[in-house]
Amino acid sequence: MGPVLAGVLQLLALMGALALAYIPLGNYMARVYTSDKHLRVEKWIYKGIGANPDTEMRWPAYLRGVLGFSVVGVLFLYLLQRIQGVLPGSLGFSSIEPAQAFNTAASFVSNTNWQSYYGEQAMGHVVQTAGLAVQNFVSAAVGIAVAVALVRGFARSRTGELGNFWSDLVRGTVRILLPLAFVTAIVLVACGAIQNFSGIHEVGQFMGGQQQWNGGAVASQEAIKELGTNGGGYFNANSAHPFENPTPFTNLFEIFLLLVIPFALTRTFGVMVGSVKQGYAILATMATIWVGFVALMMWTEFAHHEGALQIAGGALEGKETRFGVGASSIFAVSTTLTSTGAVDSFHSSFTGFGGGITILGMQLGEIAPGGTGSGLYGILIMAIIAVFIAGLMVGRTPEYLGKKIGSREIKLAAVYILITPALVLVFTAISMALPTPPDSMLNSGAHGFSEVLYAFTSAANNNGSAFAGLNANTDWYNTMLGLAMLLGRFLPMVFVLALAGSLGQQKPIPVTAGTLRTEKPLFTGLLVGAILIIVGLTYFPALALGPLAEGLAS
Amino acid sequence: MNNSVSNTARLLGAGLRALLLLTLVTGVIYPLVVTGIAQGLFNNKANGSEIKSEGKVVGSSLIGQSYNLPLKKGQETPDADLRWFQGRPANGLGANSVNTRYKLILSGATNLSADNKDLIQQVKDAQAAVVKDNSVPGYTVKVSQVPADAVTSSGSGLDPDISPAYAELQVHRIAEKNGLSLAQVDKLVKNHTEGRTLGFMGEPRVNVLEINISLKDLVAKGN
Repeated sequence: MGPVLAGVLQLLALMGALALAYIPLGNYMARVYTSDKHLRVEKWIYKGIGANPDTEMRWPAYLRGVLGFSVVGVLFLYLLQRIQGVLPGSLGFSSIEPAQAFNTAASFVSNTNWQSYYGEQAMGHVVQTAGLAVQNFVSAAVGIAVAVALVRGFARSRTGELGNFWSDLVRGTVRILLPLAFVTAIVLVACGAIQNFSGIHEVGQFMGGQQQWNGGAVASQEAIKELGTNGGGYFNANSAHPFENPTPFTNLFEIFLLLVIPFALTRTFGVMVGSVKQGYAILATMATIWVGFVALMMWTEFAHHEGALQIAGGALEGKETRFGVGASSIFAVSTTLTSTGAVDSFHSSFTGFGGGITILGMQLGEIAPGGTGSGLYGILIMAIIAVFIAGLMVGRTPEYLGKKIGSREIKLAAVYILITPALVLVFTAISMALPTPPDSMLNSGAHGFSEVLYAFTSAANNNGSAFAGLNANTDWYNTMLGLAMLLGRFLPMVFVLALAGSLGQQKPIPVTAGTLRTEKPLFTGLLVGAILIIVGLTYFPALALGPLAEGLAS
Repeated sequence: MNNSVSNTARLLGAGLRALLLLTLVTGVIYPLVVTGIAQGLFNNKANGSEIKSEGKVVGSSLIGQSYNLPLKKGQETPDADLRWFQGRPANGLGANSVNTRYKLILSGATNLSADNKDLIQQVKDAQAAVVKDNSVPGYTVKVSQVPADAVTSSGSGLDPDISPAYAELQVHRIAEKNGLSLAQVDKLVKNHTEGRTLGFMGEPRVNVLEINISLKDLVAKGN
């Protein structure tokens, strides 16, 4: 069997596994967010918070919950890093400098997990497990909560009530993420991922002498890092590190993990709005883009008609032997089309077009299938835009899922899709124009520009992967990328929740012969087209300066 | 005004309590329970899959090492010890710059782009070295025979494996330097070649540390 066929078979196996998980997991999540019952442990937590989980919130109250919880998260994680030097169980590592601590706190709370530090030399056990890994759970739960609130906006009528934030946060963590992460972590250890609390210790080597290794709770963090589409590695090499991702099986398993919740949430959506077919239409849109991107990536990586890769005879720079080109291509596409940003191979050394595919994947807004929760609300906003465009073509008032898309709704959706591109392009332009920030580039020319474009694309879209040649541990990048991450995460949520509130207040419109059938393949086609055209037009000039110039030059 | 300040304080208080409780569940109980189970059921794996040779721990089967001669005077990069199978280049590995009382290896890739002149040079130099090292009397290696993994750095810099093609390329040299027959070394490579998992996952590979341990045993037996 050749490597191309093996790559295709891995893709098919992945699709099979995702298909098997789709209905049970999607239905289960729908039950979690609609059930009236509270688990005992949840009741204890609500008591501790001092919140009544049955109080319905309107959108401003829901938003206050999201923001309040996240502000506390940033401050707590910042302080934890600043006092690391005196915390026990920190391997004696020193405290993190303010700019970097801010960047990391913003990064993990916003579900981005951009890392301007080297995990193995900077973060001790306490910050990793009680700080970073906790945000891996709760930032993912916040994302799902906001998506569920939007779905409730579609599902409910004549009410502005969107559910209870505390209840959604706690249920997402306790009933969905925690049990899945637990099982996953055990599987990863069984395959060779490490899980211990030993300090830095010396291990003998074959030729004599010693290697120094970090111990750590790696498997437990790796599990939620993928499941919660977080992506922040325990080690600098992230999922390329053999202790995080030891075998070809764990590699495929980790790709499955980072895709499974975002895909299954379309089922949850379908169940909650009372038509699983609507969920299938969204799923088909996501899957079309994902498969298309994987195919393109495999094609360019296996062809490798460029400079050093051509001379070497294969695009293996930055890739691990056990994964090879095929599995690394699937991982790279999946991690950038979700908001994960974990990597099992280094995107900067991909072919020019391959690097461009990873950037474009993030620029789509991470909606195919996107981050946990953020993928679903992102694509529902695009669906509203697509419905609006279709409505303009035939001169009817657009509607989606029985709700009118009036001027208030379309304004909220339009602002939503402008926020991230504005952050990406403005911050990139400023960084290129100022005298010192370009000094951080490792490579020169078009690829150097791509490094900066990649960084802000990754930050504003809450992805977290990097063209890691860029030295981002400077005050400029730590601060600006930190701001881009926070604005790119929480500003869009404001508009999503406002939209949810406005949809929920409407009364449903009956389906007539003139209604655009959004559960049909025609709509899926329209949605794919709308996404590619909107994103393409927004970013084409920037992409032409970076990856396109690089890919075409060879 | 007072009202909004106290409302904000109440909100942040609730947020803090929620965070602390969820930290207890996901940041303390969860990792400790997983660690307990992992240490109990998969002790060796949870602690880094260490392997032994002649009773001594010689590393982890998951972490690549270098097989070099000791540094000579005035040398900055050591020469490869050609008696042993060589792994992939690791030009992306770094040394720690903070907390420097430790000598940590920083995992990582070169992050050089395909059109980068340094990377092109690294690949060409590596090809020349592989050709030179592996050409022995009666067996000349051509550049076109050198597989890609032999001249590119991996993602982690700690890749424990090489491709079967690169292992086979080293057979003549290993046989000559260790006084073994080609058939013996060929058999060694075959025994250590691991195919794709279930026939389709990942790529075939040879674990360099494990094959070198077997090689050492073979040489010891032969003498």
